[in-house]
Amino acid sequence: MLEIKNLVVQIEDNRILNGLNLTVKDGEVAAIMGPNGSGKSTLSYVIAGKEDYEVLEGEILLDGQNVLEMAPDERAAAGVFLAFQYPLEIPGVGTMTFLKACLNAQRKARGEAELSTPDFIRAVNGAADKLEINKEMLKRALNVGFSGGEKKRMEILQMALLQPKFCVLDETDSGLDIDALRIVSEGVNALRAEGRSFLVITHYQRLLNHIVPDVVHVMSKGQIVKSGGKELALELEASGYAEYRTGEAA
Amino acid sequence: MAEVKNLRTGAETGLSALFESGRKSFAAEEAIGREEAFKFFEATGLPSRRVEAFKYTDLRAAITDAAPPAEAPSAEAARTAVAVAKGFATIEAARLTFVNGHLVRALSDLSGLPEGVTVTPINDAMGKGDARLKRLAPVEQARENAIYQLNTAFLADGVLIGVTAGAKPDLPLHMRFVNTGSEPFSTATRVLVDLADGAELSVLESHEGPDGLTYQPNDALDVHIGKGSVFRHSRTNTEGSAAVALSTISVKLDDEAELETVAVVTGAVLSRHQIFLNIAGENTKVVVNGAAMLRDGQLADSTLLADHAAVGGVGREQFKTVIDGNATGVFQGKIIVRQAAQQTDGKMKSDCLLLTDEGQMMNKPELEIFADDVACGHGATCGAPDEDLLFYLMARGLPRPLAQSLLVQAFLGEAIETVTHEGAREALIGEIDAWLHARG
Amino acid sequence: MPAVQETIDRVRSIDLDQYKYGFETTIEMEKSEKGISEDVVRFISAKKNEPEWLLEWRLDAYRRWLTMKEPEWARVSYDKVDYNDIYYYAAPKRPAAMSLDEIDPEILKTYEKLGIPLREVEVLEGIAPERRVAVDAVFDSVSVATTFKKELEKAGVIFMPISEAVREHPELVKKYLCSVVPATDNFFATLNTAVFSDGSFVYIPPGVRCPMELSTYFRINERDTGQFERTLIIADKGSYVSYLEGCTAPKRDDNQLHAAVVELVALDDAEIKYSTVQNWYPGDNDGKGGIYNFVTKRGDCRGDRSKISWTQVETGSAITWKYPSCILRGDDSRGEFYSIAVSNGMQQVDSGTKMIHLGKNTTSRIISKGISAGRSQNTYRGLVSAHKKAKGARNFTNCDSLLIGDQCGAHTVPYIESKNASAVFEHEATTSKISEDQKFYCLQRGLSEEEATALIVNGFVRDVLQQLPMEFAVEAQKLISISLEGSVG
Repeated sequence: MLEIKNLVVQIEDNRILNGLNLTVKDGEVAAIMGPNGSGKSTLSYVIAGKEDYEVLEGEILLDGQNVLEMAPDERAAAGVFLAFQYPLEIPGVGTMTFLKACLNAQRKARGEAELSTPDFIRAVNGAADKLEINKEMLKRALNVGFSGGEKKRMEILQMALLQPKFCVLDETDSGLDIDALRIVSEGVNALRAEGRSFLVITHYQRLLNHIVPDVVHVMSKGQIVKSGGKELALELEASGYAEYRTGEAA
Repeated sequence: MAEVKNLRTGAETGLSALFESGRKSFAAEEAIGREEAFKFFEATGLPSRRVEAFKYTDLRAAITDAAPPAEAPSAEAARTAVAVAKGFATIEAARLTFVNGHLVRALSDLSGLPEGVTVTPINDAMGKGDARLKRLAPVEQARENAIYQLNTAFLADGVLIGVTAGAKPDLPLHMRFVNTGSEPFSTATRVLVDLADGAELSVLESHEGPDGLTYQPNDALDVHIGKGSVFRHSRTNTEGSAAVALSTISVKLDDEAELETVAVVTGAVLSRHQIFLNIAGENTKVVVNGAAMLRDGQLADSTLLADHAAVGGVGREQFKTVIDGNATGVFQGKIIVRQAAQQTDGKMKSDCLLLTDEGQMMNKPELEIFADDVACGHGATCGAPDEDLLFYLMARGLPRPLAQSLLVQAFLGEAIETVTHEGAREALIGEIDAWLHARG
Repeated sequence: MPAVQETIDRVRSIDLDQYKYGFETTIEMEKSEKGISEDVVRFISAKKNEPEWLLEWRLDAYRRWLTMKEPEWARVSYDKVDYNDIYYYAAPKRPAAMSLDEIDPEILKTYEKLGIPLREVEVLEGIAPERRVAVDAVFDSVSVATTFKKELEKAGVIFMPISEAVREHPELVKKYLCSVVPATDNFFATLNTAVFSDGSFVYIPPGVRCPMELSTYFRINERDTGQFERTLIIADKGSYVSYLEGCTAPKRDDNQLHAAVVELVALDDAEIKYSTVQNWYPGDNDGKGGIYNFVTKRGDCRGDRSKISWTQVETGSAITWKYPSCILRGDDSRGEFYSIAVSNGMQQVDSGTKMIHLGKNTTSRIISKGISAGRSQNTYRGLVSAHKKAKGARNFTNCDSLLIGDQCGAHTVPYIESKNASAVFEHEATTSKISEDQKFYCLQRGLSEEEATALIVNGFVRDVLQQLPMEFAVEAQKLISISLEGSVG
């Protein structure tokens, strides 16, 4: 599904990723854990194509196609979805307007017909019900005045609606209470499928109790330094990240 | 000390000559103070950037030729000019049609208006010395304004609209101003709206003309809103690409009066829309909005003066400008709160999106406060569309131009969502879409 | 309800005669003839032993000034100054002092009364507080003492009266004087260029962090004199200096003119912090007397990554006309303006700043707090502009006004001009009275109304006070309280 080879990335002369290699197989849920500043969020932004990051070397292949050549919207149409750590508020843009515009833009890019309005509304309502999203929220401007938990649920709703191939969850658990964490995780689990892979970025093991990963990677100083099964997350929870910080400036 | 007087420009001497030669045909000038208005113009001339109120819009430099007042069009020319109906013209409404600044009765339809609403052509009113003409220019500051005074001096046509106490017509009144022709001309129209107590009226105003034609429309709207009355007003400027379009609204509000006005500008090479509010009554409510979308070579100026003279006024003023290419946006807004106007709650905001590097925006939001128990504020922002928002939209699959359009729509939409009349609101959104569409 | 009636009455009844710096000192003075003429300009230049080039600059400025008109755009009204009824030069008769012991004891006493420590020896002996501030004191037209001169010399810092600098460092003066505020800049600046008598000169060499705060204290003493001081500060590459300025004048029935010019130049990576506490005599309760403070202050961030920060606390003067500005010429340079302007009685303030963004990625920040009381008028006037080449320019402006009583006015006149899509400007302004809820909360906790008001006003100006060096902040806080006495504890 996704293959990252020798990725070197810097932002304003600061090197963040140092020759990172990572493979996520079809249908796999991969977790990335690591201390603050190890480059986790940078990785998610680079996969999605944020401009501020300068890719010096390496490639990111999605089903063999190098996405680094593509604009963010082209990557989205190709199936990349990033659930933002801090979803943005867009005053004046109605949530439904936004969802419809995104869905149809992606369908158009893939040469598919636009969804009819009744079908679209049915799809949104179905996803909203599962995520316990109040219909009133859908009438408001996107993310404006939403709580942290509501914003995260809205991200998962978008994921459910857009049916991406490769989903990156950037610290989706941050700022969630236990109930919201359960709802969001169930939403993600419901989307697990043969042709869809997930990259779950988190600090904490607790999210991985709900979204059980197939593999766990540990990231430090811009590289994957250790990989293992789901039990690796438990080890980390017990031992902390201390051993992965060695060598960092005090 | 001896003042060195500016040399008069060709346009200024031309305007003087046009006034002198037209004097014979002007009707009942004393009723509207035409001569005084012209004397004012003679004394001040066209305002240049040295005049503070015209700092960013130099009319002396922009108006190089005095265009002669337009003749009334032939019946056929008028019919052809209005043949294509769009925007407000597609809304069900009572309708007054002006072609080149002249009321065309054959193309007007007032049958939908109830009894409480009267419409009198201003030339009839001037002939009869109608007492309501004294209500023209209800705001002191408008009378000290060169654009307004030029309109008075050359006033050619218009209507008086009266709404009796308690009358609330269902239909809006659409005033459609269409310009047409092949030679340069100027127009000067005046509409007076007088709402008695407890009345309501919605007015839609559209101004259009062909691209490439050099013409100078100058229109003024004087409104008196009686006690507890509501006046709603939406205006579109889709004038032709070479038009210099000047317009003034001056409004006096009595106790508990409400005003809602919005102006959407996409047309004219240079436009200046002036709004003068005399908030004389207590506990009034005003919403004044503007949305300008500009392309290469255009300049659009929105100038607002809200003069709070009585307690408890609430004012919400919001102006949005989107600039694409080498164009200039100007916003000058001033809130005055006089000593008697305690508990005034005034908020004014001007935001600008610059889509390309060549555009420029000049903001001058002012507060002049003499009462202590007030909550007043103003804000101004200017910049390119937020890159983080664009990225978020693109990460969801929207191509960059579409993402930008969506942000522009949302940005401008805030100035339009306050419009009460649904059809008018949709027509204004249509103007935004059309502009974005033409942008490609 | 507006500020409680009692408070308003107290404000009205304040006798501004309590201005505590309003005493007069009797010293023998030498003056130029009254009025202005080429001869007077020559007289001043001769008194200062100036080189020919400077006399020529002065005469050019004077001739230019004759053709200029007094500006009228500010929101102030006053009886026009009779420029021929002023002494343009007044100096103590004793010859310039070589050491503090040679200074006229009357002048020393004056500065002691003002709380300005000229006797560095006291500081060195540990009698006075240990924070050390080098002071240049200007008494009417001349600089009377510059302290800590030796220690500064060791660091390579030049801090001396500008009249001395003209003789000792002509190359620096000639290079930088009038390079920020041209001789033709405006009516008052041009007048200053023609007749400036003294002021301070500072040069910080490359890479030097000035070892102490530098300070000038201005005092107008003599009747019918104008004060036209000139300050020039140059921070060479990578240097830093913090400069403080304070002003007082005796109480008089007639208006006195103060038309100073301050020029700052910051080269690459240099930083200048300029703080002013302006407490000229404001006139009495009916607007009689007081200083006309018509000042041109401008900083030029000439080098890349340079920074100039203006902080001002304006409580005095009958009329203030003053716009400390920054020209952000160097790439990545930064300008700041922090202002508290308090007006009471019949005072009129028209003050603000200009931030001219010319270089790439230049940033500026404006925080202005206006407090109007009595029958005063207080205007913020400012310009923020980004030129075509100022890619990535950023400005944030916040102007808040507070009204105490219903006889005063607070006005905001900002000009925001952006000629660049990559420039991001944000401006916000508010005008309000002291929140009754906040006041009630304080009263409920046991504070008196006066205390509550003082507390809230202090909170209102806090962002700006924090920008001042500590002792100055304390003094400024006291001054604000005194200025608002009657409404503030």
